[in-house]
Amino acid sequence: MHRHHDMGGLEAGPVEQTDHVHEPWEKRTDAILRLLTGKNASVMTVDELRRGIEDLGPGIYDELSYYERWISSITNILIEKGVITIEELGKEMEEVQARWREVSK
Amino acid sequence: MSDSHSHDHDDWPYPHPKQPDTEDSEFTDYMAMAAAVGNLLIEKNIISRDDLRGMIESIDSKSPADGAKAVARAWVDPEFKSRLLEDVVAAAGELGLDAGTIPIRAVENTPEVHNVIVCTLCSCYPRMLLGLPPDWYKSRAYRSRVVREPREVLREFGTEISNDVEVRVHDSTADLRYMVIPMRPERTEDLNEEELAALVNRDSMIGVTTAGK
Amino acid sequence: MARGFEMSAQFSIGERVHVRRAYPPGHVRTPHFIRGKTGVVANIAGEFANPEELAYGRDGLPKLALYHVNFRQTDLWPGYTGQPSDTTVVAIYENWLDADEGSEP
Repeated sequence: MHRHHDMGGLEAGPVEQTDHVHEPWEKRTDAILRLLTGKNASVMTVDELRRGIEDLGPGIYDELSYYERWISSITNILIEKGVITIEELGKEMEEVQARWREVSK
Repeated sequence: MSDSHSHDHDDWPYPHPKQPDTEDSEFTDYMAMAAAVGNLLIEKNIISRDDLRGMIESIDSKSPADGAKAVARAWVDPEFKSRLLEDVVAAAGELGLDAGTIPIRAVENTPEVHNVIVCTLCSCYPRMLLGLPPDWYKSRAYRSRVVREPREVLREFGTEISNDVEVRVHDSTADLRYMVIPMRPERTEDLNEEELAALVNRDSMIGVTTAGK
Repeated sequence: MARGFEMSAQFSIGERVHVRRAYPPGHVRTPHFIRGKTGVVANIAGEFANPEELAYGRDGLPKLALYHVNFRQTDLWPGYTGQPSDTTVVAIYENWLDADEGSEP
């Protein structure tokens, strides 16, 4: 079995030497992860983050951006651990999306 | 839950309404998750709003300039260099730099060995000393190819390593990160530490380039 | 980095070690390109909790010795296009290593 994220030595094209300015939501995701894995909170580990990303599976792994993989993993792990429930997450996501629509008018 | 909590709009992860030209007129599910998860964690007192803001500021405050300071000091002070090679976090602390808690190992470029860093399995990088890694470091192409054909990848970055020098690739697989101490460029004897640090960029501390370019 | 603390490490610096040839699923930090390969211990990096356990919310104890193992590129890649002296160094947890039973001294 050769897992999808384990890509050392596979063939690939030229390295596209790009970088991008991180968007606020990406920094927020990174900050959330650092806080959750830090000594003050210790809610999850970086190992769980990585495992969650790897378990997203081959197709999604390549389709999603780096921080999209992170937030997917973090959210799944928090649900798994019972830190947040699917119900309250769904309601909060609806609310933030509604606020976005308000603010974008 | 719905009406009683107030949101500080600075925390919202989407662009300020007065900035119409930001890239995303779209608010994706992932952005919604980032917003929602943060809000729920704050509501549950698992993290605080101040913690979140402070951590974002901390992320913004880290840059390759911190690593460059340590490299410049290592170039001028051989005993500091020994301490840097022994323990980067402790040595960086001497310079007033908070390089975090995850151990960082410095590997030194010499006339015999050129080092280059990768994380083939994910994107491990000494973020607390160098800031966030560039997109290319996390890309499929870099992670796949630099372990197998490092000289070709270095060539893409404009770096040619001569045949009598060993190219040594370090794959960061454990909770131990790496930084490269590039070689001090020639004819820099008259430069002070600040000027030397200016010669050290991020890519030279990853190992895809040499210092002074 | 390995000086000054007590730990029991099975392998010593300079010893040849063999990476187990096994390809399980799950969160594994031993890249597939070194599985079944032999390298030389260059450094004992310390003791770390087992990431294969941490990834699933367990404590990963007892800690495992972590080794920096040097591999010759020519041993890793058929038709390697660089120099014979080139190497790849990987940090490997003790549970993936065995003593090298091969004929080379």
